[in-house]
Amino acid sequence: MSEARSQILNGIRRSLRRGEISGDQRQAVEARLARPPLGPIIARAQLAQPEKVALFCQWAETNNATVARVAAADVATEVVSFLARNNLPARAAIAPSPQLADYDWDSQKMLSLRRGRGEGSDQVSITGAFAGIAETGTLVMASGPDHPVTLNLLPDTHIVVIRESDIVGGYEEVWTRLRTLYGKDRMPRTVNTLTGPSRTGDIEQAMELGAHGPRRMHIVVVPG
Amino acid sequence: MESTAHSFKENVDHALADTNLQDSLAMLKVGFSERRRQAAERLPEFEALRDRARDIKNHALANLDFYLEEFERKVLALGGHVHWAPTAADARHIIGELCQSMGARTVAKSKSMVAEEIALNEHLEELGISPIETDLGEYIIQLRHEPPSHIIAPAVHLTKDQVADTFLEHHAKLGFTKRLTERNDLVAEARHVLRQKFLDADVGLTGANFLVAETGSSMLVTNEGNADLSNTLPKMHIVLASIEKVIPTLEDAAVLLRVLARSATGQESSAYTTLNTGPKRAGDLDGPEHYHVVILDNGRSAVLGTEMQEILRCIRCGACMNHCPVYGAIGGHAYGWVYPGPLGAVLTPQLIGVEEAGNLPNASTFCGRCESVCPVRIPLPKLMRHWREREFERHLTPTAVRRGLALWSFVARRPALYRRLTGLANRVLALFGRAEGRYRALPLAGGWTRFRDLPAPQAGGTFHAQWRKRRS
Repeated sequence: MSEARSQILNGIRRSLRRGEISGDQRQAVEARLARPPLGPIIARAQLAQPEKVALFCQWAETNNATVARVAAADVATEVVSFLARNNLPARAAIAPSPQLADYDWDSQKMLSLRRGRGEGSDQVSITGAFAGIAETGTLVMASGPDHPVTLNLLPDTHIVVIRESDIVGGYEEVWTRLRTLYGKDRMPRTVNTLTGPSRTGDIEQAMELGAHGPRRMHIVVVPG
Repeated sequence: MESTAHSFKENVDHALADTNLQDSLAMLKVGFSERRRQAAERLPEFEALRDRARDIKNHALANLDFYLEEFERKVLALGGHVHWAPTAADARHIIGELCQSMGARTVAKSKSMVAEEIALNEHLEELGISPIETDLGEYIIQLRHEPPSHIIAPAVHLTKDQVADTFLEHHAKLGFTKRLTERNDLVAEARHVLRQKFLDADVGLTGANFLVAETGSSMLVTNEGNADLSNTLPKMHIVLASIEKVIPTLEDAAVLLRVLARSATGQESSAYTTLNTGPKRAGDLDGPEHYHVVILDNGRSAVLGTEMQEILRCIRCGACMNHCPVYGAIGGHAYGWVYPGPLGAVLTPQLIGVEEAGNLPNASTFCGRCESVCPVRIPLPKLMRHWREREFERHLTPTAVRRGLALWSFVARRPALYRRLTGLANRVLALFGRAEGRYRALPLAGGWTRFRDLPAPQAGGTFHAQWRKRRS
């Protein structure tokens, strides 16, 4: 296939009337890659941390998610009560993450949890989040052994527990965190950003929730 | 797909007579454009973001070979594969072989206009592989054997009742024997049917909104989550993307995402934006074992460095068609190929030839709304005018039009004659009455008045005459 490769690349160079880029031009693009310039600053996301959290919650609700702000000690109670309020079974697939393991699930005798990936038959999943973006009320999920992607997608109801300190202003802060944690050249296999539950406008342009991913998204915001 | 762009005029006649289509288009005209306007107003930085989005794409195009190589290097480093396809046939061949290497019987497909462009489904079917469209709109039109009529809302031309009939016809054998009447029930039934197809699929095929050179990631934006299931559940994930989709960095992606969703649907953000980088990692509990990116040229590299280069900035939001009075009157199918609206009027002649698609750039009033809403500021009317000029130069314009233009240019360059003739026309037209301000029918003008009124000349003579009077 290397012939096809050079055919395309040389075609591009011929059209741009130059050879392979070199010298100053090469240095300039390499420098741009190494230190990516920021786009226009989005004023509404430039807030102190408590206001960022509030803005995140406000947008999340606008995006058809529900939000509960509770103490870390009350996470398990809130989850059980949310399931009961929505007539859902007290049974969920939960991400095998150390952060989630810290909550007091054992206090909820009725709740049955299965640690692992999501399956087609799961009704409810519980995951953490890598970050939340205040600008649009968006959750950011980084895949890995402690966060299978299927948990974000297969169940009808997705419950997300996020710490206030993981809520940032805009996308750019998420990229910085990813580079810091995973290395500049090594993204997680999958980064899902979720802005509310799954939706479609494909029939008569009317918005319906729950096209393929979760119909319901409940976000539990905890201090810390 | 097979082009019918050459029979544009017949396609238009069909479209104007299709009442279901006309009802859908009436909704589309107010819905999308109003939501976009509100979303843009909510973000004070929107215009600055459009400028930056334009600059980012220009920069990427000027260094396209560098960024494609950089992207490839990163994909390879993380265990993925990159395939280069100069033509549509090359891309079909590569994807067919990849599917066969998995012994694939079904492929879960997430909406991709590039896949439409290379007629991938037909090729897979010839190989005995079933492509399953998973975007709800694409699924509906696949069942009906229709092409998409809009790049982000492929089934926008259909009513709920038509969808209900289609589902009953195709889902009855799966046990869904009740004809549904509510939209949410239709969505739920499609979700149920497609869920099993996702779980059974051997290969997931998606397009890409962007390829990020910095990280070797493919970036996908959807509302339904179908692309995410397509790239998570099957053993192999194939990304099909054209060369101009590559952008430098994640920061650039943030700028482009901010203008994309707002321009497309008026949302602050689409529900799902996903970055995929290579195959499943050690310890991962899910994800594909194989990750392949097919990079398609199909005539695009030849557009670089020409007066048409700016069309390669397009990020496929659909705003140009949502705001186009011509698209709003005829819908997407009339354009006869993959890309409708102003985007198609510029891109289609480029990709399949001005001989086949010369009618499309003529189907514009040059009102300029498309350019005024384009998130990457593509001067669409200017590019359409280029095609008209090329069509004229190549003598593809019909004789009657050429003669008409020659006559008009003769008159327009002789001011005295021009004034006399327009004054005469004004008086003659006045004989047919001008009380209502417009004519529903006029002798010799049936071609115009069959579908719209002709404005009547105002009292007080021609513009020239009124201007003279005003100044004296």
